[in-house]
Amino acid sequence: MKLKQHGFWDDVKKYRSLLLMLTPAVLFFLLFAYVPMAGIVLAFKQFNYSGGIFGSPWNGLDNFKFFFGSGDAWRVTRNTALYNIAFIVVNNVLQIFAAIMLFEVAGKWFRKLTQTVLFLPYFISWVVVGAIAYNLFNFDVGTINVMLKGLGMEPVDIYNTSAYWPIILVVVSAWKTLGYGSIMYLAAITSIDTEMYEAAEIDGANIFQRIMKITIPNLMPTVIILVLLAIGNIFRGDFGMFYNMVGNNGLLFSSTDVIDTFVFRSLTTSNEIGMSAAAGFYQSLLGFVTIMLANYAVRKYDKDRALF
Amino acid sequence: MSSTTANIQTTKVRRKRGNTDRLVLSIIGYFTLTVLAVFCIIPFILVVSSSLSEESTIIEKGFQLIPSNFSMEAYSLLFKFPADMLRAYSVTISVTLIGTVVGLFLTSMTAYVLSRRDFKWRGRFSFFFFFTTLFSGGLVPWYLMIINYLHLKDTLLVLILPMLMNVFYIIVMKSFMSSIPDAITESAKIDGAGDFRIFMQLIVPLSKPALATIGLFIALAYWNDWYNALLFISKSELMPLQYYLYKMLGNMDGMRKAMMASGAVVTTNIPTESLKMAMTVVATGPILLAYPFIQKYFVQGLTIGAVKG
Repeated sequence: MKLKQHGFWDDVKKYRSLLLMLTPAVLFFLLFAYVPMAGIVLAFKQFNYSGGIFGSPWNGLDNFKFFFGSGDAWRVTRNTALYNIAFIVVNNVLQIFAAIMLFEVAGKWFRKLTQTVLFLPYFISWVVVGAIAYNLFNFDVGTINVMLKGLGMEPVDIYNTSAYWPIILVVVSAWKTLGYGSIMYLAAITSIDTEMYEAAEIDGANIFQRIMKITIPNLMPTVIILVLLAIGNIFRGDFGMFYNMVGNNGLLFSSTDVIDTFVFRSLTTSNEIGMSAAAGFYQSLLGFVTIMLANYAVRKYDKDRALF
Repeated sequence: MSSTTANIQTTKVRRKRGNTDRLVLSIIGYFTLTVLAVFCIIPFILVVSSSLSEESTIIEKGFQLIPSNFSMEAYSLLFKFPADMLRAYSVTISVTLIGTVVGLFLTSMTAYVLSRRDFKWRGRFSFFFFFTTLFSGGLVPWYLMIINYLHLKDTLLVLILPMLMNVFYIIVMKSFMSSIPDAITESAKIDGAGDFRIFMQLIVPLSKPALATIGLFIALAYWNDWYNALLFISKSELMPLQYYLYKMLGNMDGMRKAMMASGAVVTTNIPTESLKMAMTVVATGPILLAYPFIQKYFVQGLTIGAVKG
């Protein structure tokens, strides 16, 4: 603490009402974020309930050895990263496409209506999405199988076939985020200077040339920032999505298990507290490193847009 | 909003030229947007029509887009013994109300302090909050903290507290409040108003658009929450709506038993499939009805918050 003309306590006194106003938030983040960070020691402990987080005996790297030795570590890491990469690519391409179309289509009524409908899935909970998925994919009465049978084809047992799930999850993710993302991109497009379009028009550019040469290049900064931020979260799975779509269906784990569902399961079902803490720590570290790298990349690209 | 003026201007440009490329683009645009919109809405229609179908038809022909045999059986059954559903509703409504009001108040108060340029430690406190998005202890220590140290298992508080504040909302709110001119705060200070009074009487009324947006985000998160219930709630009387739905979707036998216990129903005839869909509709209903009114605020909020600069 630097001591200038007045000391630390003078500042405390000067800002006492502001500090008081910050107190609830500080307490909240201490309790729900910082104290649990100290709980990382659990990853190096043999947890028992009587000892609690700090009283349980140490067991060195055993939890990590167990986690990495089980063969689950590689599978869940790979799944988490691959799903997120697929989500980033598919979702952003679709969202940008939808945003450009929403901007270019002339009918105001039509534009409003489609925008409203596209935004709809964003509002419902993953539980409801799970119910919708059941409606579609159920073996006996699911709509897809009804249609297949109607076409004279064999029904497919979707809930027991892991190969379908990467596609299903990518589609569902696109479905749920399409409206939200396209509105963010639409906001970016509407802030593009319209004079550029007018000038291009006078120069004889057709609409596709204008989209390719003006809209998309002007959208790139937004795209890059959003994508880099998403990359920073590449090791965080959307637990709500995976859990409600797949649940504890072990038949599908080879293609659907992500770090978050793995940690949840080892905590609640198999009660492997030490190992799930180790897996959670591993996830936090991976996340921290990728966020740092992504932020470094943003800084290189555009200093003002970096997170810190 | 500036977007409307931009739209008007481009429409003008459009009218000047009626070229074929414009026509081609219109065809592509109308076509693909229609396809995407249908893709987004059909699942909802499927659920609603399934909930209105006769169970025997579903068993025989499966879920269909248009019910071939219209039936309100599932709904009448649902409302014959509404106790569980109503309890779940009341849990969700109280959690959403309390959580939104308290959360919004704390979020905006925190954001206000961080937006005050004359506050010496604003950078440090900002980093204190922001760091929690970079690194975390993970699920396990968080879970044990809530269960073993705060003893919040099976309380209403556990559904409210963990979601009360979110760094992203604080940042959005702070960037909105930073755009309020300092002169307002300065002059109020000269008139002798305290910091809290300035916040409540000047900043809050001026921040209405941001408050509406963030409030809606918080409310939606509470309304749709099931995760905290999954982790921390085992008592059936504390189950929020979404978790209740989750439980019932996975456990129709449990539902059958609950119905048997609450009244005389012929157990074999419960329309399981249509009942699942009817419950989904009832659990989603209010948010979807409110949706058209809420939507425009979300759009505004996204434009304020997400794409700055």
